[in-house]
Amino acid sequence: MSFASILAQLLNGLAGASSLFMVAAGLSLIFGVTRVVNFAHGSLYMLGLYVAYSTVEFLGRTPLGFWGAIVVATIVIGALGALIEIAILRRIYRAPELFQLLATFAVVLVIKDVALAIWGAEELVGPRAPGLSRTVEIMGRRVPQYDLALIVIAPLLLLGLWLALTRTRWGALVRAATQDREMVGALGVDERKLFTGVFFVGAALAGLGGALQLPREPANLGLDLAVIADAFVVTVVGGLGSIPGAFIAAILIGVVKAFCIALGTQSVLGLEISFSKLTLVVEFLVMAIVLVVRPYGLLGRPPAQQRAVGEITTLPNMPDWRRWLPFVALLALIPFAAPDDRYLLVLLTDIAILSLFAVSLHVLMGPSGMVSFGHAAYFGVAAYAAAILMRKVQLPMEVAVAVAPFVAGAVALVYGWFCVRLSGVYLAMLTLAFAQITWSVIFQWDSLTGGSNGLTGVWPPAWLADKRVYFWLTLVLCALGIGLLWRMLFSPFGYALRAGRDSPLRAEAIGIDVRRLQWFAFALAGAFAGLGGALFAFSKGSISPELASIAQSTDALVMVLLGGVETITGPIAGAAIFTWLKDELARRTEYWRSVFGLVILALVLLFPQGVVGGLAMLWRRVRPAS
Amino acid sequence: MSAPVLEVAGLAKAFGGVRAVDDVSFTVVAGELLAMIGPNGAGKSTCFNMLNGQLSADAGAVRLLGRDVLGMKPRAIWRLGVGRTFQITATFTSMTVRENVQMALLSHRHGLGSLLSRASARHRNEADALLGRVGMREQGDRVCGVLAYGDLKRVELAVALANDPKLLLMDEPTAGMAPKERIELMALAASLAREREVAVLFTEHDMDVVFAHADRIIVLDRGRLIAQGEPAAVRADPQVQAVYLGSGAMFGHEVPA
Ligand SMILES: Nc1ncnc2c1ncn2[C@@H]1O[C@H](COP(=O)(O)OP(=O)(O)OP(=O)(O)O)[C@@H](O)[C@H]1O
Ligand SMILES: [Mg+2]
Repeated sequence: MSFASILAQLLNGLAGASSLFMVAAGLSLIFGVTRVVNFAHGSLYMLGLYVAYSTVEFLGRTPLGFWGAIVVATIVIGALGALIEIAILRRIYRAPELFQLLATFAVVLVIKDVALAIWGAEELVGPRAPGLSRTVEIMGRRVPQYDLALIVIAPLLLLGLWLALTRTRWGALVRAATQDREMVGALGVDERKLFTGVFFVGAALAGLGGALQLPREPANLGLDLAVIADAFVVTVVGGLGSIPGAFIAAILIGVVKAFCIALGTQSVLGLEISFSKLTLVVEFLVMAIVLVVRPYGLLGRPPAQQRAVGEITTLPNMPDWRRWLPFVALLALIPFAAPDDRYLLVLLTDIAILSLFAVSLHVLMGPSGMVSFGHAAYFGVAAYAAAILMRKVQLPMEVAVAVAPFVAGAVALVYGWFCVRLSGVYLAMLTLAFAQITWSVIFQWDSLTGGSNGLTGVWPPAWLADKRVYFWLTLVLCALGIGLLWRMLFSPFGYALRAGRDSPLRAEAIGIDVRRLQWFAFALAGAFAGLGGALFAFSKGSISPELASIAQSTDALVMVLLGGVETITGPIAGAAIFTWLKDELARRTEYWRSVFGLVILALVLLFPQGVVGGLAMLWRRVRPAS
Repeated sequence: MSAPVLEVAGLAKAFGGVRAVDDVSFTVVAGELLAMIGPNGAGKSTCFNMLNGQLSADAGAVRLLGRDVLGMKPRAIWRLGVGRTFQITATFTSMTVRENVQMALLSHRHGLGSLLSRASARHRNEADALLGRVGMREQGDRVCGVLAYGDLKRVELAVALANDPKLLLMDEPTAGMAPKERIELMALAASLAREREVAVLFTEHDMDVVFAHADRIIVLDRGRLIAQGEPAAVRADPQVQAVYLGSGAMFGHEVPA
């Protein structure tokens, strides 16, 4: 490793950081003013790249065509952001924060399919930047001119933003709103215009960030979630709402990554460590460290007043097992009613498993007030643990399934130790970071996990080979798991969790160690998610890193939100509707995601309390009349 | 006189340049009602927050039953027998009134680790008895989120009593109540102090309440303790009168808020 190679990697890292800064700045700006965590920000970045690609093709590969395309993409994406704000988010600012998140997630799904329809699934490689397509020799290394341009553009943009925020009336309003939202209303400012404007600027920044990557990165459909994860990390490391913070964080992460690549494989204390493989997780490690040392990021301030997850309402009564038992029994009879319908059996098995998965997430999100964006980590870890224990350690499947939840619980115990130190959006993003680390480890540990191919031959023993028998086993175990979790919610422990959510101040003042209880709840939820994961592995016969992916985590999030956070049975309804709908749609159309996204949007706009919450409210309205 | 339950010596706290609490010393003995009065921003709540461990102090000492408690967590201080009500009520809004008290009882009996029993069935009668004392028994099944402010204050008192405190800290316990209710609530606190030998430290803006029930009064102004003693002596203190000049509050014609 020479100084020159470090420098080359450093410049490369900084060039990448400039786009990341733009996305993160946009995300931060939007969050600061509107308190919306825009999950679709990565999608806007991706669209920016696609739009720039097509515009260059149209205008021609000349300097004017290229820079024209960048400008066009920026404006188009900005306008799209404003449209999203006007059409969707404006209607749900008063809904709980999580619903806004769900809505922006639906936008992610729709945008992905729109991009698929217009640009297809193939990667599109953009042109070099005309006029900047050569390389410059620095210390014997060839550095692309374009990279140097990017390194200059980012600070200029920061300067421009800073001037706009400190020297203009608009900037003063944005800063005022970021510090105190009520104040803006009091100043007699049109909040709507301000919010739409902020969305325009924030989205335009994402579009610009994407467009500028045209010569460096092929446009592809996986960029949305990859970029949003990176942007979360940068915003959280920098401090939510702080644009200079985003800048510093982007550079910090860019530099650390560059060093890892430059280090390559080194032997430390006789151990071969591949630092270049570390790049996938290193930004998340940086984030975990920063958050533990500075819980609100490098330049962030403690949030003034965090709203609780939902409107605080009482928990409904504890579900009575005498009422649920016949229902479970009825489900168990279905294989007799439709003996040849293998599809139905698979669907029911999936629903049972994902119900447990969703309920375990709900325990965290609802009564404990901890939103996890990364619950799939435990699902995935347990699936792998079970498969590895059986295939590589040669343990019987029954033992593997019994042990796997403990492995997931142990992992959750480690991650949870960090996570419970934070709250709100910060906690959510840290869970996402840990999930992404988990995914990366699974993805890269070829010898143990089979890497991207996953593991196959994960079949249950003969007595469970019949799909019906496996369904029954799953049904019983999942029903038991859900029953235990529900019972826990109404136990002193569950109440204490709720106490910590309702009023941390009061909870502490009556001797409750909220953090410790949350930590334990985190591990417990992870373990039960793990039971689901282990059962899932053997129901499919093969597993892949997908099981620990962000997509899997957001699936669970959507299930819970769809069903309603402030309900008890909601997550099951959410899991059933989600799984069934996804299946039905996926069989009918290639564009199932967008249909699904539109369904979510419709539900969010119609039932801001979730499906079960919404139905319960309708029922209450109808009942007195009848 | 019995031994002091609470001894405060040289307590100080500054926020930036503001000396919120500045070299404050006093003691409270068992069975005594000590009123801490002073205009808005005098540092009363800040003082309370240091006593129960919510805020760290810049200097000074706080001894509870002879034990140094400065630097301990609120939950540890609570376990030593300190009950507290907040100026801005802090209750579990998603739970019923009774469940709020049950939580404090459960925590006091180290029962929060139970994962399978029903929380709402535990210590029910005891919770009702406590609620009865503060006149909230009939509202036991109501959710805290919908209660009137004065009622929330009563719930807080019941919660604060759940661990059989040796010291009760009440920050403006009667704010938001009608005058008659105020007198009743403080009469209750006074009888508790006498019967159970509880030391009570409270802040209060209603001087009728203060002079009707306090055994002794300490007066804070801009963080400094400017007077302390029997009510009559404090009332006659010229410095205290100067602080309260114009408000008329010292002389029993409180301006309704
Ligand atoms: N967390 C804080 N940060 C900065 N300043 C604070 C903080 N808490 C209190 N202060 C300041 O300390 C001073 C004392 O405040 P405190 O709340 O203790 O007064 P108080 O006597 O309880 O008043 P009130 O009668 O209005 O309740 C005030 O000037 C207040 O602005
Ligand atoms: Mg006060």
